[in-house]
Amino acid sequence: MTFEQFAFYFLASVAVIAAGLVITVRNPVRAAMFLILTFFTVAVIWLLLEAEFLAIVLVLVYVGAVMVLFLFVVMMLDIDVDQLREGFAEYLPIGATVAVIILLQLAIIFTSGPFDIEQMPAPAAAAADYGNTHQLGLLLYTYYVYPFELAAVLLLLAMVAAISLGLRGRSSSKRQKPEEQVRVRKQDRLRIVKMNAEKQD
Amino acid sequence: MIALSDYLILGAILFALSVAGIFLNRKNVIILLMSIELMLLAVNLNFIAFSHYMNDLAGQVFVFFILTVAAAESAIGLAIIIVLFRRRHTINIQDLDSLKG
Repeated sequence: MTFEQFAFYFLASVAVIAAGLVITVRNPVRAAMFLILTFFTVAVIWLLLEAEFLAIVLVLVYVGAVMVLFLFVVMMLDIDVDQLREGFAEYLPIGATVAVIILLQLAIIFTSGPFDIEQMPAPAAAAADYGNTHQLGLLLYTYYVYPFELAAVLLLLAMVAAISLGLRGRSSSKRQKPEEQVRVRKQDRLRIVKMNAEKQD
Repeated sequence: MIALSDYLILGAILFALSVAGIFLNRKNVIILLMSIELMLLAVNLNFIAFSHYMNDLAGQVFVFFILTVAAAESAIGLAIIIVLFRRRHTINIQDLDSLKG
């Protein structure tokens, strides 16, 4: 067994165990932690596949941003975990059955021949001066430049949408409301009180 | 040497686990979102494995765009969960039936 094989099987088993714990563990914070472990392990597997740029993007974007967001939300919400776990044992048989069927179907196709090492041999390792990031950049900024710009617009849109969803107008702030100041009329502010004249002494 | 089918089967296992996760945690929206992220990760693993073995970088470009869309999706999804919790004080899917669908 070469080192590459050992690394692959070790990382694959870690990823599968961590993914299994994500869906079975009780506490959502722990589930998020195991999801971080899964992402990290798969990023290292991507390094084995010579996709260095995407591996580091996965760590930075997912582990660094998306999972931190998940953790923030999980810790901000006051969730009753036991109530949300109702029906876990009840749906275990059907969930396991569906998962095993999907896995068997995919495994039959993947092991049937066209994807094994004879039909599709592993490509030779890239030269030392080959840059995955460089090649990906050349492709992204030429052939895929319009999808790239669209992705940028999509991210801006997501940011605006997320902020406007989470925005809550504060009632305690003392800022002026100019539209109300302009619209004010005399009878809103001024009250004329009729009084009888008082006699002096 | 590691065959392409090994990577594909690893992706299939991760995908099947996340499908089981959707069945098991069908009341907790946060775990459901995590299962969807796990599914996207399994799909991305397939893309990158094919891209490596067929010597074509287009697969990695696809993964780049999938990561972008998935990040946007989870950000908006979590914002919706926060608004939901603020209004209903629950994230139990069984209680979210005001649309009468």
